[in-house]
Amino acid sequence: MFQSLKRLALALPLAALSLGAVAVAASPAAAQLFDPETATLDNGMEVVVITNDRLPVVTHMVWYRVGGADEPRGKSGIAHFLEHLLFKGTTNAPEGEFSDAIRRVGGSENAFTSYDYTAYFQNVPVSALEEMMRYEADRMVNLDIDESDIGPERDVILEERRSRVDNNPAALFREQVQAATYLHYPYRIPLIGWKHEMERLGLRDALDFYDRWYTPSNAILVVAGDVTLADVLPLAEKTYGQIPARAVPPRERSVEPPQLAERRLEMTSDQVAQPSFSRRYLAPGYNWGDTEHAYPLQILAEVLSGGATGRLYRSLVVEQKIAASAGAWYSPDGVGPSGFGFYGSPRPGGDIGAVEAAIDAEIATLLADGVTQEEVDRAIARVTAAAVYARDGVSGPARIFGLALATGQTVEDVEAWPARIAEVTAEQVNAAARAVFRQDQSVTGILRPAPVTDRQEG
Amino acid sequence: MTRIIAFFALFLTALPAWAIEIQEVKSPGGITAWLVEDHSNPIVAVSFSFLGGSTSDPAGKEGRASLLAATMDEGAGDLDSQAFQGKLEDLAIRLSFSAGRDTFSGTMRTLTRNADDAFDLLRLALTEPRFDAEPVERIRDKMLIDASRALERPRSLLGGAFYKGLFPNDPYGNPADGTRASLAAITVDDLRAFMAERLAKDTLRIGVVGDITPKQLATRLDTVFGGLPETSAPLGLPEVLAEAPGGIFVIDRDIPQSNVFFGHRGIKRDDPDYFVAAVLSEIMGGGFGSRLNEEVREKRGLAYGVYTYLNPFDRSGLFLGGVATDNARVSESLAIIKSEWEKMAAEGPTQEELDLAKSQVKGGFWLRLENSGSIAGTLVAIQRLDLGKNYLENRDGLVEAVTLERAKAMAKTLFQPENLTIGVIGKPANVEATLPTPPIPGREEG
Repeated sequence: MFQSLKRLALALPLAALSLGAVAVAASPAAAQLFDPETATLDNGMEVVVITNDRLPVVTHMVWYRVGGADEPRGKSGIAHFLEHLLFKGTTNAPEGEFSDAIRRVGGSENAFTSYDYTAYFQNVPVSALEEMMRYEADRMVNLDIDESDIGPERDVILEERRSRVDNNPAALFREQVQAATYLHYPYRIPLIGWKHEMERLGLRDALDFYDRWYTPSNAILVVAGDVTLADVLPLAEKTYGQIPARAVPPRERSVEPPQLAERRLEMTSDQVAQPSFSRRYLAPGYNWGDTEHAYPLQILAEVLSGGATGRLYRSLVVEQKIAASAGAWYSPDGVGPSGFGFYGSPRPGGDIGAVEAAIDAEIATLLADGVTQEEVDRAIARVTAAAVYARDGVSGPARIFGLALATGQTVEDVEAWPARIAEVTAEQVNAAARAVFRQDQSVTGILRPAPVTDRQEG
Repeated sequence: MTRIIAFFALFLTALPAWAIEIQEVKSPGGITAWLVEDHSNPIVAVSFSFLGGSTSDPAGKEGRASLLAATMDEGAGDLDSQAFQGKLEDLAIRLSFSAGRDTFSGTMRTLTRNADDAFDLLRLALTEPRFDAEPVERIRDKMLIDASRALERPRSLLGGAFYKGLFPNDPYGNPADGTRASLAAITVDDLRAFMAERLAKDTLRIGVVGDITPKQLATRLDTVFGGLPETSAPLGLPEVLAEAPGGIFVIDRDIPQSNVFFGHRGIKRDDPDYFVAAVLSEIMGGGFGSRLNEEVREKRGLAYGVYTYLNPFDRSGLFLGGVATDNARVSESLAIIKSEWEKMAAEGPTQEELDLAKSQVKGGFWLRLENSGSIAGTLVAIQRLDLGKNYLENRDGLVEAVTLERAKAMAKTLFQPENLTIGVIGKPANVEATLPTPPIPGREEG
């Protein structure tokens, strides 16, 4: 739950791609008493306002309930490509006009795409909020792109793929592991797209996707900052509220069949310096599978991987001294099958096999002996105390609500998070561990450096 | 304690638009901090810095300040590493130290209800770290692995070479996180020597934000920082100009996309024309709408990201940028960057570009102050850089004062096409190396 940034970055399955140079990791719904105000426009668009009057600024976000896992077969990357194309202008505002309006008030903007959602945002002085809403509402339905936009922007996403994946053996390997984790569910396809499919994405693909999914009833407006719902709602009605309602099709995703066989992937690269180990188990989350395990699994992740005193780091890194890093992650937010993962890498000159064996031993001990109520109480105290930090800031709370509402949670779910976490018992944690840590639903990945003699000289 | 002698100077009235009210708090023991009181959330954020960072690492012991930063919170006083870390985690106290090139800094965040413990743990880490063998060797092993990885990752490898090229004879050219050989050479005595020489009251600057009153803070300041020595050792390093002769070096690497760093000398933060240069960099490579973003990314799809920025060290100024393009087309990106550099030097920006960039430079600063930690960090930076007690009030005006005339004059000196020095890693087509590749720190260690 409150994983360090480094570990969050490893929790890639549901991480998002952003238009600009900064990747945005979706943070778990770590919240306590944000006390948001909500409304729904006549056309079905949901509105959430989180007031924070420290500075006269707002974060204005629109989240769409559509992402990479909703792409048509053979069109991988189209959700993210469309996100880029939304910056190419509308019938009312040519390319650059919206961005210039943001720059004129000293604001910042970006967008990001995940498997389950796509979001666009601006951070601006509160006085510019109405203008932002006007432009954002305009591009929800009036996108104006043609063939001349496609070529250069497709090259941009291909360069993005090279930067994020192709130039990086660890990322290439994660892509292979991700594909092996799901037999059928669309999370198996890379969010940025397979290169050969990205190269063929065209104008029609983008417009079809846009026409299908971009409409008020599939969107959530989140405004956080120095405003109240009384300020925001009239503006929302004037802008987003003017867009006619249109039914949006249901998300039809392939159903993951029973997984019956353990999978193991190994890759060797001459551009990898240190071996690394990963293990992923298919896991339920807030919205998929046996959802009652979602809260206990967050506590389990804290017991196993809560900083330097979590079971894994303490045992493998501090006591046994066989690993340089070791930990676990869990991501409950997906619309589809989530994952519970382990990772580790050896000390200099150490053996990756010993790291794997030690992590296996920790999992075996956990399954045999369980966690204690004392461990659970300690983990609950840690994560609920830290939830107060989530209220410090403007964009963080906005993201928490956008993510929750776009993936099937409610405002009440977010607000109830501390209470639900506090009720978790050791019995529930142990039941969740037994349900999830099954080898036939697991993927093990080993990334190894090539022997020194094979290395290129530079 | 029955008496608290402290005085508080309120030197900033609330800004008309930006209600950040800074109080100067002076402790009975003479330690000064800037405070922004905010009782809306039960959180206290503390940020502080000392002068002297990785450039104080002795030759052959590069990475000393970084190793220190990573081990100070691994046990202190009577608490060993697990006890110390466990207490931080149980109380949700976020404590971290970090080594920059010119500074050694720390941050601490705590819930108000745990403030007693939080400030005490901070005091212990700052004044009584244990440096037990287990955590020191564990952290060293982690850094050794990171040093190996840095030699495999294209961007970090290129960065190491690029900085060595800019500063062949100054510690600015050394890797802040050390090399395998230099990390292995650092002893606990070296760590303690850094603390004794650098972590002193004379260069300490403190910013605090959140749920704490000036009186409470005054007491805390003496508790936490009172035990530090009064004065630090002289830094003893002179100003240095980066060596950017113009030209290209290429590091051959079998990857599909070439990574590129480019740049030359820039200006320092204390230059009266700093904001003129900041606005010009924004126009050239500041993000959406900038010249390079338009020409390289939007029009031609040559890169996902292309950017420029000022990198003002204390003793040297740099003006740098980066791009990453498919090997086959990277020469196009380089040609565009060079031609934009020439064009800007010759003609300067337009009034329209200037106006937009000034808004960006103004607004970007305020938008970054969205949480307690970033405000506390800014309070430290203002003090450290001696930007003045009214900086928050004055900053917009300083940016506003960048006229087209000043910008055009500065463009002629800031953009130096003949000195544009470019480092490439990859298998770039049609790129001719004209410079030798600088030594790559740590590469020869095997």
